[in-house]
Amino acid sequence: MSAVSDSLRSRAGARWWEFAIWLLLLVLPLLLPKHSLLISEITIIALFAMSLDLVLGYSGIVSLGHAAFFGAGAYTAALFAKHINPDPLTGLVFATALTAVLGLVCSPGILRGSDLTRLMVTLGIALILQELANKMDQITGGADGLQGVVMGPVLGYFEFDLMGQTAAWYALAITLLVFLMLRKLVHSPFGFSLKAIRDNRLRAQAIGIPVHARLITVYTLAAAIAGLAGGMQAQTTSFASLDVFGFDRSADVLLMLVIGGTGWLWGGIIGAVVFKTLHSMVSALTPQYWTFWIGLFLVLLMLVGREKLLRPWTWGRRS
Amino acid sequence: MLTLLFDGVAYGMLLFVLAIGLSITLGLMNFINLAHGAFAMAGGYTLVLLMQKAGWPFLPSVLMAFAVSALLGLLLEVTLYRRMYQKPHLDQVLFSIGLTFMAVAAVDYFVGSTQQLVQLPEFLKGRTELWDGALGMGHYRLAIILVCALLAMGLQWLLVHTRFGAQLRASVDDRRVAAGMGINVNTIFMATFAVGSGLAGLGGALGAEVLGLDPIFPLKFMIYFLIVVAVGGTSSLTGPLLAALLLGIADVAGKYYVPKLGAFIVYTLMVLILMWRPQGLFSRGNT
Repeated sequence: MSAVSDSLRSRAGARWWEFAIWLLLLVLPLLLPKHSLLISEITIIALFAMSLDLVLGYSGIVSLGHAAFFGAGAYTAALFAKHINPDPLTGLVFATALTAVLGLVCSPGILRGSDLTRLMVTLGIALILQELANKMDQITGGADGLQGVVMGPVLGYFEFDLMGQTAAWYALAITLLVFLMLRKLVHSPFGFSLKAIRDNRLRAQAIGIPVHARLITVYTLAAAIAGLAGGMQAQTTSFASLDVFGFDRSADVLLMLVIGGTGWLWGGIIGAVVFKTLHSMVSALTPQYWTFWIGLFLVLLMLVGREKLLRPWTWGRRS
Repeated sequence: MLTLLFDGVAYGMLLFVLAIGLSITLGLMNFINLAHGAFAMAGGYTLVLLMQKAGWPFLPSVLMAFAVSALLGLLLEVTLYRRMYQKPHLDQVLFSIGLTFMAVAAVDYFVGSTQQLVQLPEFLKGRTELWDGALGMGHYRLAIILVCALLAMGLQWLLVHTRFGAQLRASVDDRRVAAGMGINVNTIFMATFAVGSGLAGLGGALGAEVLGLDPIFPLKFMIYFLIVVAVGGTSSLTGPLLAALLLGIADVAGKYYVPKLGAFIVYTLMVLILMWRPQGLFSRGNT
């Protein structure tokens, strides 16, 4: 018994390189002040990818509409700042809470049925929200996007500057907090029960794991974190537009997770960095047709097997 | 009112022909092919390019659209799709999204991103009004309904009364047992995939005038095909047919009566139906 719990616990500890990377990330806005906006953008996307990993990598639920929660968070945060209170943290808490409720409401849709049903329900929810945001244009600004959002200073002290340094630190700090929380979570008995559900749902049920309750909890949590990421995106850019709900966004974040590897927390971060770098490189070469190369990359990756990407030593072997 | 119903039926019939290939692919190999719309787009562009650049008449171009998409489906099935059947659903989804992205960008590159127009032949233009205009039928839509209904009946006959159909049904029901009985499941699937892609191309060609045709066609209509399949189930032809008709009518009527809500109604309806019956409205039992 103690051997088992020791072996489970041994993986839970943070490695030295994780501290080193986070330290580097936190001073990055000082080192590269000109790229602060890009840093905050990537950080937010990484957080978004992490939230999807909770659903996909840890619980094995394929979602094609995770952008629903990202977008809901973005619009909530933007509207909250515009009409109620410009304080960023209050807005963020509000956006997170609201998307958590949305996630809870939507979670029955992912419990039953096949992968196709889940795909359709998640995709459908994103489309419904997009359509709502599009048609309720007196509130959301419709296709023009929601403009005129003015954010207050963070903690009443740090103004958002044009360079984006405050935004970068704001995003990094919150992402670090969520990362630490998720790290605790996935190495807890709760996290292990999720993996058990992913690997064999029937067996998990048989050994007494409340499958439905666990899935509802994790889906709600993932929705809340996605909403948090969306809220930060709206706050740091002072803008929200319909593309936050877009299918492209859901597909991109899936791709990021696949690049970085599913089922571990760094996957989202690595994936976001690699994806954004690739994106800016390819679109510098062919601005209009970069989706072609992304598509080609996806097709090739899936043909050789995505698990090989992170393990170069297996490249020579046949699967 | 009747006119709306008529338009909805035409739209639904079109969706049925577009989506039936997807339904069979999903039922037979449990493969989620999000790139199905790309085959439809291939058909649509074959028609448009043949008519505009080569000066072909309408009807041969439609047939050619079927042939080109079927051939494309056959090629891709043998070279790429076949390797993906055993992979998890996530891989299949990403693979087919990748194919879709490539198709969208490639068409954009070669043909351009503008909406394509189709010149209908004279005998398909015009409109018949019945009962003092209570029912207005566009001749082209009438032709679509006729062709699609004939196709649906033909497919039903193929499925129920031929040896190939029996083998196909056996493979859908249980692939391993079918293979054990000496049915060459791979060949069956190759043929089915090609025909399904061809039908998608045919639907894309016929629908180019009604649905519009531009490079983002596969993404725009992907959700509609998936709705037909997910709501209709994959176990029969009637399920997807009814689902397609329902979707067509709901979409046309919804956009006419409450244009403010747009596609909202259709999506909400779909999510509710799937929450209520995750296996689809018309599935046999549940698995």
